[in-house]
Amino acid sequence: MAYYAIQQILDDAAARGLPLWETILEEDLRSHQGNREDTWNTMARLWEVMQETSRTYDPQDRSRSGLTGGDGARVQEAAAQGKLLGGPFVQEVIAEALRTSECNACMKRIVAAPTAGSCGVLPAVLIPTAKWEKLEDQKVVEALFVAAGFGQVVAARASIAGAQGGCQAEIGTASAMAAAALTYLKDGTPQMCSYAFAMALNGLLGLVCDPVAGLVEIPCVQRNVTGALNALGCADMALAGVVCRIPADEAIDAMGDIGDKMPSELRETGRGGLAATPTGKAIAEKLLSPLSEETI
Amino acid sequence: MNLFDILGPVMVGPSSSHTAGAVKIGLVARRLLGDAPVQAHILLHGSFASTGNGHGTDRALVAGLLGMEPDDLRIPKSLELAEDVGMHVRFGSVHLRGAHPNTASLSLKSKNGRELQMVASSLGGGRIQVCQIDGVTTNFSGEYNTLVVHNQDQPGYVALVATVLAQHNVNIATMQVFRETSGRFAVMVVECDQPIPRDVVESLEPVHGILKVSYMNVEG
Ligand code: SF4
Repeated sequence: MAYYAIQQILDDAAARGLPLWETILEEDLRSHQGNREDTWNTMARLWEVMQETSRTYDPQDRSRSGLTGGDGARVQEAAAQGKLLGGPFVQEVIAEALRTSECNACMKRIVAAPTAGSCGVLPAVLIPTAKWEKLEDQKVVEALFVAAGFGQVVAARASIAGAQGGCQAEIGTASAMAAAALTYLKDGTPQMCSYAFAMALNGLLGLVCDPVAGLVEIPCVQRNVTGALNALGCADMALAGVVCRIPADEAIDAMGDIGDKMPSELRETGRGGLAATPTGKAIAEKLLSPLSEETI
Repeated sequence: MNLFDILGPVMVGPSSSHTAGAVKIGLVARRLLGDAPVQAHILLHGSFASTGNGHGTDRALVAGLLGMEPDDLRIPKSLELAEDVGMHVRFGSVHLRGAHPNTASLSLKSKNGRELQMVASSLGGGRIQVCQIDGVTTNFSGEYNTLVVHNQDQPGYVALVATVLAQHNVNIATMQVFRETSGRFAVMVVECDQPIPRDVVESLEPVHGILKVSYMNVEG
């Protein structure tokens, strides 16, 4: 069986004297009779696709609804003109989150991480970090193992689906995974990775899933920026030695509990939250399906 | 659950349920039909009907019918590609009682006259469930090599199918038997560990009382 607790991953890593990523990889191989090289290559391929997605971003692309497109380029351009507040690294994180999520909305190829709606969070922090810190691909792939291993615990104990747990389960989980990955990339200890993960999840607890017109666009695309910046802040806190008083596994359980209590209107049905605002409803009205009803 | 259920799949956006799952539904339908469809009548239910346009669900289903996988970059252009290869597609919406919100009903015809009616739901994360074949309730995922046999509802067919598979060294992973409400025929769904050879189908098809044999292998 794969890990059911983040503490278990930490304990195992310490007991076996292995880094987090390898502990996670080996457990995955054990529980699926997998092949080490294949598993590594599959993860490496995901990292390649993340970068490919970012490269194929086209500011002219628009989603089928016409609601999404061009914002990644807008941020990059304003950054180049010195109009923005955040430093160059932060600007790049914002632009990257938008680029990948816009690609998703525009029917381009992405890596669900953990879902399509939240696909921009991990690339948003990994791509700029790899560039700024001049990291080898190998190290980033290791960080992806850490992210996936921690994320798996969320899927096992709570949920990673907006329809079940709200957006805290999607963007919240993505952000927590990204925080752990970043902490790993900056050579944080396993304990720091766990703190960063827990802090990031805690920061987004209660976030509802309320996509306008039921489409993965509003607020999803911009929430990827929220998730990425939250990850960055939590990784930095953890690296600075700030601790999270609530253990990661308990934070995950809290997230699951909150998800269970969320009314269905706030779980991907497009009937509550932003989707139910006058503007949200007007947008949905305009996009009404042109199909005619038949019977079979 | 493995690590790649958390990171991945690699897919064309925007939604694993409304896009990637829809491609899978089309692909499984094409495989079970056994040939490229020339006619497809697709009805969308629930959230597929109301948000399918914005999620490209229509394009995704047709992409699957054309044989594409969920990460195929041509998915957004599938309607045009279908036209190019002479696949005639018609869409509508439908209300299916008690169905999962992300459900589609597909009625397909191939060039050589084979027909298939299939209802399938997209369960999230790109996973699907085939809930109906030719009007008979079923429940399988399309993740395995699958043999579907329609036969008269009489004794002996289950044993026969098991024997033929064994003769071809195909191991049965799961087997389910469903029956049409009026009792005219039964449908057997057999998921197998090994790919199902064409020979299995050819030995079953001529048997008296076997009405239709369909199969799909996961690789191509
Ligand atoms: S609002 Fe819902 S659909 Fe959008 S990213 Fe969040 S969980 Fe996914």
